[in-house]
Amino acid sequence: MAETFQLEIVTPDRLVAKLAAEEAQLPGKNGYLGILPGHAPLITELAAGELSYVTGGVTMRLAVAWGFAEVLPDKVTVLAETAEAPAEIDVVAAQKDKAAAEAALAHPTESTDYDALLGNVQVAETRIQVASGK
Amino acid sequence: MPNVLDVKRRIRSVINTRQITKAMKMVSAAKLRRAQERALAARPYSQMLTNVLKSLVARAEVYDEVTGEAVNPLLERREEKNILFIVVTGDKGLAGAFNTNVAKAAMRFLGMSEGRNVEIEAVGRKGRDFLRRRFPVGLPFSTKNESATRLPVSVVGEQVGVLGKLEYSVAGDIAERAAKRFNDGDIDAVYLIYNEFKSVVAQRLVVDRLLPIGQVGVQEFALVEKLPLEDRTEEAKAAMSAGVSLKEADTSAIDTAAAQFAAAPVDYIYEQAPAEIFKSLLPKYIGVMTYRALLESVAAEHAARMTAMESATSNASEMIDRLTLIMNRARQAKITKEIIEIVSGAAAAG
Repeated sequence: MAETFQLEIVTPDRLVAKLAAEEAQLPGKNGYLGILPGHAPLITELAAGELSYVTGGVTMRLAVAWGFAEVLPDKVTVLAETAEAPAEIDVVAAQKDKAAAEAALAHPTESTDYDALLGNVQVAETRIQVASGK
Repeated sequence: MPNVLDVKRRIRSVINTRQITKAMKMVSAAKLRRAQERALAARPYSQMLTNVLKSLVARAEVYDEVTGEAVNPLLERREEKNILFIVVTGDKGLAGAFNTNVAKAAMRFLGMSEGRNVEIEAVGRKGRDFLRRRFPVGLPFSTKNESATRLPVSVVGEQVGVLGKLEYSVAGDIAERAAKRFNDGDIDAVYLIYNEFKSVVAQRLVVDRLLPIGQVGVQEFALVEKLPLEDRTEEAKAAMSAGVSLKEADTSAIDTAAAQFAAAPVDYIYEQAPAEIFKSLLPKYIGVMTYRALLESVAAEHAARMTAMESATSNASEMIDRLTLIMNRARQAKITKEIIEIVSGAAAAG
């Protein structure tokens, strides 16, 4: 069995990563997925969450908001709307977003879109969490 | 006879102007190159997404087997009574006919759309200013809001100052809003007008129908206009002198790699039902299409500005030549006059 697989992370702006990884954890829509080399072919949607992978013994973490992934035995490709490394995250902005979304949830009106707001909260929380390194 | 000193001053001022236009041309050329790189960087994502959708069309039972009708609402074709029209221009001027061209084509499209209610969303300051002068500003129509009335043509939204540092989220937001309103039945179709830019010499003004989606991976144009040949030759000249490539970037490697995405000849485990994945991917597809349009429009704007500055520079050079001639003549005339005065003075004295 191969010890690594190729990992590609693509966002609309750029190719975030193209490297050999030993393992990866994807924030699947129905729960986190741990991927090791030789995984069965799989297609899944990703939710907002933390995507981490191990390359050369080092664990890297990214905050991902909505994505889509294809897993093959020797290759994992992730399409993500955003994928930010801890250093790239604007924590203050994330906290502001979270507060705004929570405030809107606390005072619902007829036109309140709960799903969208809850999504916003989740995205903001993930970003804060990834940035803080916990 | 013009004063030598005055002409000299004017020459100096034109030289200064030429320096500025020259610098602006080089800046635009650099920005154009960056915009082209960004468009290239955006390609893998959009190609992959398109491919996934294409392969899902077969699996997800997107069309009803019996009636052949689209199951997903975003594919549904309705009578186009109310449409959303997104107009993409630039935030800044001094770009030749770039903004005017889009505005004119937009007016032509509106002329074609008589009998339909058109809501306009303007991306770019120039287009917004133009459209606001002509049409009333209104609120987006909503079926939920009973007091809302439809106007034949109104400007309901604007995105100003986002093009300088364009991010995907801008396009994503526009697309998400449009898709939601289409789903709610507030609008029956979404059109997008922009300056398509494949390369400096391959440019067109197009009105692209974003929604409903006809066929994934195929753009449907409601209006296509070529830019005047004269403009294109001018632009090609300016591009060459600024060292910008005329050729379209080679994307075959990216496209082949993208074509393999989610299309391996294996039995995939679908974590979610294909139909469900399809449903959440479709709005992203519209976002990607919008993003690409915005990126191309930005590139086209820089190309147009580069050309405008190139011709301003050569006009300034011409003017300097002319003024120099006038100045030399004036100086010569002054000298001649002085000699005549001396000679005739000497003759009188002798």
